[in-house]
Amino acid sequence: MNFKVISFVTAAATLLLSATVFAAAPIKIGALFAVTGPAAFLGEPERNSAKMVIDEINKAGGVKGRKLELIVYDTAGDATKAVQLATKLIKDDKVVAIIGPSTTGETMAAIPVAEKEHIPLISCSAGSKITDPVKKWVFKTAQNDALAVGRIYEYLQKTKQTKVSILTVSDGFGASGREQLKSQASKYGITVVSDDTYGPKDTDMTAQLTKIRGSHSQAIICWGTNPGPAVVAKNVRQLGIKTPLFMSHGVSSKKFIELAGEAAEGIRLPSGKVVVADLLSGSDKQKKSLLAFVKDYQKHYKAEGDHFGGHAWDAVMLIRNAVENGADTAAAIRDQLEKTKAFAGIGGSFTYTPQDHAGLGKDAFVLVEVKNKDWVIVK
Amino acid sequence: MKQNLLLFTGFSILIMFAPQLLSGGYLMNVLVFVGINTMLAIALNLLLGYAGQISLGHAGFFGLGAYLSGILTTAYRFNPWVAMPVAAVVVGCMAGMIGFPILKLKGHYLAMATLGLGIIIFIVFNETVELTGGPSGLSGIPNLQLAGISFDSDVKNYYLIWGFTLAVMLFSLNLANSRIGRALRAVHDSEVAAQVLGVNARLLKVQIFAMSAVISSLAGSLYAHTMTFISPASFGFNFSIELLTMVVIGGLGSVYGSFLGAALLTLLPEILRGANDYDIIIYGGLLIVMVMFMPGGLVRGIPALYRKVIKQKGETGHA
Repeated sequence: MNFKVISFVTAAATLLLSATVFAAAPIKIGALFAVTGPAAFLGEPERNSAKMVIDEINKAGGVKGRKLELIVYDTAGDATKAVQLATKLIKDDKVVAIIGPSTTGETMAAIPVAEKEHIPLISCSAGSKITDPVKKWVFKTAQNDALAVGRIYEYLQKTKQTKVSILTVSDGFGASGREQLKSQASKYGITVVSDDTYGPKDTDMTAQLTKIRGSHSQAIICWGTNPGPAVVAKNVRQLGIKTPLFMSHGVSSKKFIELAGEAAEGIRLPSGKVVVADLLSGSDKQKKSLLAFVKDYQKHYKAEGDHFGGHAWDAVMLIRNAVENGADTAAAIRDQLEKTKAFAGIGGSFTYTPQDHAGLGKDAFVLVEVKNKDWVIVK
Repeated sequence: MKQNLLLFTGFSILIMFAPQLLSGGYLMNVLVFVGINTMLAIALNLLLGYAGQISLGHAGFFGLGAYLSGILTTAYRFNPWVAMPVAAVVVGCMAGMIGFPILKLKGHYLAMATLGLGIIIFIVFNETVELTGGPSGLSGIPNLQLAGISFDSDVKNYYLIWGFTLAVMLFSLNLANSRIGRALRAVHDSEVAAQVLGVNARLLKVQIFAMSAVISSLAGSLYAHTMTFISPASFGFNFSIELLTMVVIGGLGSVYGSFLGAALLTLLPEILRGANDYDIIIYGGLLIVMVMFMPGGLVRGIPALYRKVIKQKGETGHA
């Protein structure tokens, strides 16, 4: 009896073993997202989107017969953790590529690890510093702040509004936006007449806005991520300021409209195309990816897919395409990534070159306006 | 005294051979941080455990050390080995100057003042963008080099950091068992009584505050040179609280307790990572249980638990 059981188990084990030998080992991809902590609004949709798209790829039979395996760690928005976990992904989990981290600070911290260990890293954060200067192993999918600023300034130039006030949040996102707002102004014939900041946890910005009201600017540009800009929008209403208010792509999700409520009406901002996917013209190359992403996200998570999740979606798809082109080692994936041409993703149409690891052009952004609690495209 | 020396030697040998016993990889990297956190916990313990003065701003001193080293080596091309003591001296002097007015305060008021100090330092890191790089951090900090060896891998950093940590431990053990250590404990129990016995309590408090800041600064410099990147988020209020937790969980007034606390709080999140989204709940729950059942910290709680288990075993054995 006992012998029978043993022989059965042995036979089963042998079968299983041989099965695993025959099916090629999965390709391991690491991911670092700030799922908890202050940057959770980035990390959560990123993790969800990455998991979703990996599941779908595997359900469809993987890539070239090989499954993709995603290993996600939560960095809680902490640079130290990002470095430790990047090391863990490379040394213990032996991944061939890393997606993330979610914020610029974490990415800058993780870059030396990726560069030293020769593992491609596709960051989901926006800071221009990440790919400027170009680093051999580092790519990114989030649109540069410079492009978003360019979009607003272009519009202001067209409508002849040349005096602007800027109000930026004092974190990595706001600091980078502030730098771009100030440095690009002269190129568009725009002067920054007042330059103020607010803290990420501030709950009242009337002091800064009262000062801005006195500056006689023709437009106010606020650069931050939720919830600060919603407070600014409300304060602007309370103070009866009639100057047009612009925001950054940091708030281009339904959440912002919910938070600001009535005060959001009429606010304009540059945004990735995902929030207005159904309004795009049929000739838009991204439309197919965008609609698929929005529909899938709704089905899996009963929530609206935003462009933060899109950054992770793009990163996974970029790696998938690299693998499809025959790459299965870290070095080969890096080389294939660099050859990416006109890949129509969520964030825009990506074309990487040895000189450009950000890969996006100005067409990655559209200018949108809040109307009746929804987004419309500003022509 | 002889026993103390034996214990320390044993501990050092264990630390030195740990990399051979453990399979390298990622664990080495975590152990580097255990070393840095041990140094910080000891620094805070000297102040809190021995002298009885609380500080909720120690992450600030840690950050100052890191940023001074970072800025001096990147913007002013200092040799890291020079930048480190310069940073320590600057931070020590600063802590000394701030210490005089601040340490007049007691209890909750001292907690509030040091809390404010930590937050001010954090805001300075964030706002002086030209100098610190602001919220997006300071990169390109060089690794330390010694006799042609660049400390650029986890194993090399392990020996570097633990070399310093062991030195700090030895120093603290000696300090605790010296006249100063006894004076500190006297101040801890009753400042008035200590003064009556001829201890200059006020000066002593400032001195230990500065000493604690110097060790934190040293840990900060080492952190900057091993990570090669720093950003303000690592030196915020949360980290000050984490340090406090390490000291309390490990055991107040014990150097080895600081090591246990630092090791536990650094390793626990790694062990709990398998529990996915529930790790934070388990982590919090474990801390509560430990504080409830080991009020003296791990360093006293573990031997007590061990004795209890032995005793119970003995009883069941007789029955």
